[in-house]
Amino acid sequence: MIKNKYLILRRVTQVSLMTLYFGANAFGWDFIIGNLSSSLILGTIPMSDPYAVLQMFAAGALISSNIFVGALVVVLFYGLIGGRAFCSWICPVNIITDSANYLRRKFGFNQIQKKQPANRNMRYWVIALSLIISVGFGVAAFEFVSPVSMVHRGIIFGLGFGWAAILVIFLFDLFVLKNGWCGHICPIGGFYSIIGSFSLIRVKHQEEKCTLCMKCKEVCPENQVLFMVGKSSEQVLSGECTNCARCIEVCDDDALNFSIRDLISQKTKES
Amino acid sequence: MKETMTERRKFFLTMARATGLAALGGLVWSAYVDEVTASSLMLRPPGALEEDDFLKTCIKCGMCVEACPFDTLKLAAPGDNKPIGTPYFTPREVPCYMCTDIPCVPICPTEALDITKVSKPNGELDINISKMGIAVIDTKNCIAFWGIQCDACYRACPLLDVAIKIEYEQNKRTGKHAFLKPVVDSDFCTGCGMCEHACVTEKASIFVLPKEIALGKAGDYYIKGWDRNDEKRLENATSQTTTTEISREKAIDSLNDMEGLLDD
Repeated sequence: MIKNKYLILRRVTQVSLMTLYFGANAFGWDFIIGNLSSSLILGTIPMSDPYAVLQMFAAGALISSNIFVGALVVVLFYGLIGGRAFCSWICPVNIITDSANYLRRKFGFNQIQKKQPANRNMRYWVIALSLIISVGFGVAAFEFVSPVSMVHRGIIFGLGFGWAAILVIFLFDLFVLKNGWCGHICPIGGFYSIIGSFSLIRVKHQEEKCTLCMKCKEVCPENQVLFMVGKSSEQVLSGECTNCARCIEVCDDDALNFSIRDLISQKTKES
Repeated sequence: MKETMTERRKFFLTMARATGLAALGGLVWSAYVDEVTASSLMLRPPGALEEDDFLKTCIKCGMCVEACPFDTLKLAAPGDNKPIGTPYFTPREVPCYMCTDIPCVPICPTEALDITKVSKPNGELDINISKMGIAVIDTKNCIAFWGIQCDACYRACPLLDVAIKIEYEQNKRTGKHAFLKPVVDSDFCTGCGMCEHACVTEKASIFVLPKEIALGKAGDYYIKGWDRNDEKRLENATSQTTTTEISREKAIDSLNDMEGLLDD
C-alpha cells in the first residue's frame, strides 16, 4: 500500500476538479460548469454552496428553485455521506493551508509556539456575524470577502489581486496561528462542520492497536476531534473532522481507519 | 470566595474580549461591504435585475461569463474596484453582440439575470428589449457635432435608425454644409455598447452608462397631458401641501419705500 494514498487522492480530486472548471471557461468543456459557489454537472445536476444560499436568504434575495435544489444536493451529499470532506477533498485553499502546516512541522514551529491563542469556535461566530451583516446590508456578506471564493474564482476566471488572499492565508497559517484559517476562522468550514456531524463516513480508532505515538494528533488539522486516541475505541463523530485521512496515513499501527458510522451501537450506548 | 471571583472575572473578560473582537471584525467587514457595493458604474449582462437586487441575488458562479461566446462578460476580480465576483462588461473593449438566443441569461441559476426581462409577452426571447445601459454622447468631442462627417456609431448600432438616429442641421459656420448629428433614443437603446466600440475618437465620445445614472426622472409634478398612458404614472402619486404666510403689506409700498436709498 502506498503510504500517502489518501493525500495523493485528495490532491488529484482537488486539482482535477479545478482543471475541469478551468477548462469549462477556457475551452468550453461541459462536464461541470460554474465554480464552487454554484455549478452544473453535465447540464443537469445543479450544485450550490448552501452557506452562500443561506446568506442570500438572509440578505432578502428571492431564492430560485434551481439554487435551492443545488444547495439541497450539496447538503444531502455531505450531510449523509461525506461529512466535512469539502474542506480537505475539494477546497483549493486546503492546498495552501496544508503546505503552511507542512512547513510548520518541518521547521518545528509547533514546538516553539505550543499554546494556540485562539478559539476554534470563532468560525461559528463568523457565521453568525456574516448573517447579521447580510441582513443589515442586503448582500451576501461573506461572499464579498471570502478568500476561498477569490481563490477558486481566480483559478477559473483570472486571479487579479487574488494572489494577495493566497499569500495572506499562507503567511497567517505559517507564522501566526496553526491551522488558523481552515481550523479557526473560515465560516464555510464551520458550516460544513455543522452539516457533517451526521454523515456516514467516519474515522474509527481502535485503542487496542494504538501505541500512543501521537503522530495522528500532531498531523491532524482539527486535533480536538481525536480526543479518544489511546483512551477508547470509538468513531470520530465530531463534524469538525474533515475526513482528510492524514491520521490514517501517519498511523504505523493501523489503529485508525475509515468506517461506516455505527448507527445501532450508537443507539444502545445512548439508551 | 476569592477563587470564584477570579472565575467570574475570567468569564467577564472572555466575554468582553469576544465582544470586542466581534465589534472590530463586524465594523471593518460592514464598512468594506458597504463600500464595495456602492460602486454602481458597472454594465451588467442583459436581463440583470436592478443593481441592489442583483447584488443580493448573484451567487458569483460565472456561468454567464462561460456562456458568452464573445468573451464580452468578465467576473470582477480583486483589484478591479468593482463588487467582487460579479459579471460586467466593458464595451470599449468588447461590446455585447446581442446574440438572439441570449446564452448568458437562461444559464443563470439564481435568476439574477431574469429571463422575463428579455422575453416578449409570448415567452419568445428578444435581446432588443434588454436594458444594459444607455448610450450618451459627449457633443463637445463628437466630431459629427463639429461638422465632420462621421456616422460610425449610427452604422454600428444593431437597432440602426431606431436607437441612434441622425439629425440634419445647417452648419451656419460655413453656410453651405450640414451637421449630421447622432441622437440616442433612450426608449430603444439597449446599452450593448457597439457604438462605443466603434467610436473613432481617441477616447469614445459616445459611451454607455448604467441607466440609473444616464437617465433623469421627471417626477410626479410634470405630466404629458397629451399622453393618456403618462397619466397612469400619477395613480400612486402622493402630494404635499406647503403654506407660506402672505405678507400683509401692499405691493406698491415696496416700490415707494425709499428708506435705505435716502440714507446718504
